[in-house]
Amino acid sequence: MTLTADSELEASKVSPHADEAAPPRAWRTWPVFVALWAALLILTVFSLLYGRYRLPWMSWWKVFAEQDSTSLENIVLLQVRLPRVLAAILIGGGLSVSGAAFQGLFRNPMASPDILGAYAGAGFGASLGILLGYSIVGIQTLGLVGGLAAILLVWTLGSVATRMGGDPTLTLILVGIIVREAGMALIRLTEYVADPHGKLAAITFWLVGGLSAVTPHDLQFAAVPILVGVIPLLLLRWKLNVLSFGEEEARALGVNPWSIRVVIIVCSALISAAVVSIAGMVMWVGLVIPHFARMLVGANHKALLPASFLIGSGYLLLVDDCARGLFALEVPLGILTSLVGLPFFLYLVYRTRTERA
Amino acid sequence: MKISAEQITAGYRSKTVLNGISIEVSSGEVFCLLGANGSGKTTLFKTILGLMRPTSGKICVDGEDISRWSRQRLAKTLGYVPQAHTPPFAYCVRDVVLMARSVHSGPFASPGKRDIAIADEALDRLSILCLAHQRYTELSGGERQLVLIARALAQQAQILVLDEPTSNLDFGNQMLVLRHVKELAESGLGLLMTTHFPDFAFLCASRVALMKKGRILAMNSPEKTLTQASLEEAYSTPLRVVDAGLGMRVVVPRMN
Repeated sequence: MTLTADSELEASKVSPHADEAAPPRAWRTWPVFVALWAALLILTVFSLLYGRYRLPWMSWWKVFAEQDSTSLENIVLLQVRLPRVLAAILIGGGLSVSGAAFQGLFRNPMASPDILGAYAGAGFGASLGILLGYSIVGIQTLGLVGGLAAILLVWTLGSVATRMGGDPTLTLILVGIIVREAGMALIRLTEYVADPHGKLAAITFWLVGGLSAVTPHDLQFAAVPILVGVIPLLLLRWKLNVLSFGEEEARALGVNPWSIRVVIIVCSALISAAVVSIAGMVMWVGLVIPHFARMLVGANHKALLPASFLIGSGYLLLVDDCARGLFALEVPLGILTSLVGLPFFLYLVYRTRTERA
Repeated sequence: MKISAEQITAGYRSKTVLNGISIEVSSGEVFCLLGANGSGKTTLFKTILGLMRPTSGKICVDGEDISRWSRQRLAKTLGYVPQAHTPPFAYCVRDVVLMARSVHSGPFASPGKRDIAIADEALDRLSILCLAHQRYTELSGGERQLVLIARALAQQAQILVLDEPTSNLDFGNQMLVLRHVKELAESGLGLLMTTHFPDFAFLCASRVALMKKGRILAMNSPEKTLTQASLEEAYSTPLRVVDAGLGMRVVVPRMN
């Protein structure tokens, strides 16, 4: 056998596609991003104009041209709807980015901060803050501590249980349920001991969530921690790829997994605490949206994280529009995201089953 | 370049897995590590890669102790090729190879044009550039193994450490991987690999170490090391080393 024949044989063995002249084109993501930005922009404008008080298209112009802060247009647009729309964008984006980062961190497409108990932990911390009569900063700090504690607990229990043997995905979800339920039980405890005429209502109203009461002041307190959490995650997004190959490979590839893990856990806890403190328990966004994003831009976290942010923002804007428009009475946001997210979770369960079969 | 493990003793808690092992791998050679399950091959690997600390002994590169080297410096010297695996996400092949470029860039950086060129060159070297835009998870085991070798090449490490690169592959793909291993050594890289098949050591190794229970039974050229006596002792099964003609040797197991 000659050398050339040998290498030809080799080539045909390596790839059934070797006869194609050029390699297939790279998956271009920029058209997807253009479309996502456009969709988010349209949804933002729509959400600002949409509502019980109907604003014509031209009201924009009026608000900017007249600078009259007492006009009805100005109040509705800038004081009521703009904070709400910005909050929805930040919350949806923040939740989705931290969900995508969690899935890379745990190397598990079923992970997200809400599933793994970070919200329950943050919710408990925050309701404890309300119970103790703390200021908004104190409530958020306790929420952050609670969220961090929950994630670290899931991480530790999960790795111990996985090391003892067993399916990592199942173990992680079960440990997540345990931590989440513990957090929920503690939340119920704070509700039980709270004063029924004052703080109980505050805790309950606040955990059910929703963006109806968001003021420019609230927005400040949520926007800063969400952005502080999202930006490092976006910066580290390439390294998340390396991390998803596991501890030893990441180290052999020259990446220190610990420092990245710490950043992801702290940032996600920060986002969770901020979201819970402004909008309550908005569940299932962080799990569902990264999956949609992966279908559009592929698995590479470099594109996945920004895409998750854009899709999550648009999604939450849309859900919030439904929350205020579907019925005469406003539906709490968290209830709607669960009603939309749960069927998708079911779909994921079926899909992973068929992939294994 | 030469990497040497000197008098390595290592283990987990009370159990000693490696007992004073010394090996060295130089540029341009394929060093094959053979031994039964549990003989300590994987532990030796992890120690050499710096993933595990030895209880005594040291790992040196050109005589310099590497225990204080940073992860980055280590990764620029040593490349690790794990067994073909399935990551949880469907990355495209070029992205998998590009992950090796992380060590050459800052913590917040993503790979640039130059990194992509290096990744494509690594894929081309293994004749799998045509797979660049396919999903890694949809490749065959042999293709995935080649992608992981390409990744170690893109890391631009001088010494590659391959963990059973032929396991889970069909016969044709096993030979394909071995041929590439041999070529890479001829191009000047040093390769350290484990395998379960003595035949593969005959095919491509310049030197072999035969391990048993954390010690080295024999270490030399394949012909001198892999004799009937030493292999029978290492694997505890009767066998015969047969000359297959054309200067090739094969190991034939006996059932009774």
